[in-house]
Amino acid sequence: MDKLTVVEGRAYPFGMKNVDTDIVIPAHWLKTISRSGLGKGAFEVLRKEPGNVFDDPEYAGSPILIAGDNFGCGSSREHAAWALADLGIKVVIAPSFSDIFSGNAFKNGILTVVLPQEAIDRLMEVAQTDPIHVDLEQQTVTTQFQDRFQFEIDPFRKHCLLGGLDEIGLTLGQADTIGAYEARAAGERPWLVPAVA
Amino acid sequence: MVKPRTLYEKIWDAHVVERRPDGTCLIYIDRHLVHEVTSPQAFEGLRLAGRKVRRPDLTLAVPDHNLPTTPRRDAQGNRIPIADPESAQQLAALERNAPEFGVRLIGDADLEQGIVHVVGPEQGFTLPGTTLVCGDSHTSSHGALGALAFGIGTSEVEHVLATQTLLLKQSKTMEVVVEGELGFGVTPKDVALAICGRIGTAGGTGYVMEYRGSVFRDMSIEGRLTVANMSIEAGARSGLFAPDEKTFSYLKGRPLAPKGAAWDAAVAYWKTLHTDEGAVFDKSIVIDAADIVPNVTWGTSPEDVVPVTGVVPDPESFADASKRAAAQKSLDYMGLTAGQRMEDVTVEHIFIGSCTNSRIEDLRAAAALLKGKHIASGIKQALVVPGSGLVKQQAEAEGLDRVFTEAGFEWREPGCSACLGMNPDKVPAGERCASTSNRNFMGRQGPGSRTHLVSPAMAAAAAITGHLTDVRELLEEKRGEVVA
Repeated sequence: MDKLTVVEGRAYPFGMKNVDTDIVIPAHWLKTISRSGLGKGAFEVLRKEPGNVFDDPEYAGSPILIAGDNFGCGSSREHAAWALADLGIKVVIAPSFSDIFSGNAFKNGILTVVLPQEAIDRLMEVAQTDPIHVDLEQQTVTTQFQDRFQFEIDPFRKHCLLGGLDEIGLTLGQADTIGAYEARAAGERPWLVPAVA
Repeated sequence: MVKPRTLYEKIWDAHVVERRPDGTCLIYIDRHLVHEVTSPQAFEGLRLAGRKVRRPDLTLAVPDHNLPTTPRRDAQGNRIPIADPESAQQLAALERNAPEFGVRLIGDADLEQGIVHVVGPEQGFTLPGTTLVCGDSHTSSHGALGALAFGIGTSEVEHVLATQTLLLKQSKTMEVVVEGELGFGVTPKDVALAICGRIGTAGGTGYVMEYRGSVFRDMSIEGRLTVANMSIEAGARSGLFAPDEKTFSYLKGRPLAPKGAAWDAAVAYWKTLHTDEGAVFDKSIVIDAADIVPNVTWGTSPEDVVPVTGVVPDPESFADASKRAAAQKSLDYMGLTAGQRMEDVTVEHIFIGSCTNSRIEDLRAAAALLKGKHIASGIKQALVVPGSGLVKQQAEAEGLDRVFTEAGFEWREPGCSACLGMNPDKVPAGERCASTSNRNFMGRQGPGSRTHLVSPAMAAAAAITGHLTDVRELLEEKRGEVVA
């Protein structure tokens, strides 16, 4: 996974609330058996509308997406995160995210930044014309107009994103601890191993 | 004295492999269901890294999302090829990956095949007090049996396959209490929709729900599966029911459930799985059962709920500006106008199925209304899709298939079907469906499709009249016929 430290660039001033992952990537795109190439299907339905931000040359290739409340609700499809990554998005900023989506985003090197609605409103305004600067180390979102918004992030997620770490590799390093748990659980709850069908 | 704990906290504590200083825990996963859509990239990841599945015996693979619901084998038992090459490729990937990694596969034409969330409980793979995951958000369903069950993304699927664990932060707890008795014609689906309408699709974000109160205690396991299934539509990744005698008798004798002495030990443990007296929830939602009526959705979010006797809301009636804009967008998409009576909305499609409402009780409820009736002339397609081959077999043994087909329904093979536009069962653009599924998102049942979420009985009622209908009127009629 690529390291993520500082992201600077234009941002899609999207702002829509309750964007479900069916909107991010419709189901017919889920038939792939690969992680790449899904950017073509990102926001497919919305992109049929003339004047949508995703096809506006002003924002082409923006690494940041500014969204509304409850972004990524609904289906657990990680294809939503893959589609955003394929579109070149590295940071999504919103007042809140669904739990499943923010986990999926993180696992694909996408930073989800939670900021209050007032900050979102301000960033939506700036994004119309100017770039936005996100610094993961400092946990800040800033603009050239002296805006400075501090955000919270889980320390483990921060550590992994900064280092581009592979979470599975890290956990496999604890195989002994997992084995010890399994042995204990098998003693306490022997029925956990399924009966043979 | 031991601090009183909620059911969620008890299951969580029993699965902590390691607690980190920042509060993140490595949580052991007891059960992993795998389907063809969210697993190919996970298996590919394992293969590329030279990793194995740690516990194939705790993993079960079932294809469901892509499968056509038309026959899968010809008279000679040969596979009828899936027309869509991409769907065929996903099924083929699962059929290749499962044996390669030693995972048991229930195949597309096996009697036990069905929607993963129907198959898990039915096979006794889902057990109380276990942690259960699947790369599908409706994994919350399994909470009906007292399993801490939640949907995960594909990277997490790969993480569980490789390590049998997940790194998680403990969720907050929310109790959803419904006391009293459900009114005439009110079903578990109406309760689930009422909760979504009440707290909104983000209301449960960050929480694990526990369903408490007399309505949930009195509810059948099938009903509980419907309610737990829709926890995610209210934002909660997981929704729990404390296991009770109904749970135990549902599970006893299921193929993968414990047997003999192991069963007795399991039941003794499961009886300890309830929220302790004095345990505190972070949030409490209380709904009076008497306030719940047969519900329908009017918009493109499961929180857009009104009583079937109600009207399409006026976007201007919403307090916040973005909500007003969203409501207007929904109405434009749905082709509805503010103030229109829901019962005047005509439908062209009926879908009875999905992991929300495709179990035997759901089919019985719909068939009870359809017996001796026929779908209205305006209905272009009425589908009934049993949740599994075993549900289908049971329904056929009860003669329900004939009730449906005589009423003009198509009786199909088990799968996810028209709940999502991934297989041939779709609702055409601009057409309207009364659907027992769980999501009325834009384009969910196919590009441009319009979905009204309802209970199985309400779907049957709409099939008979050709428009959204208060099922209580038809039930009254039926009652009259029986008396006469």
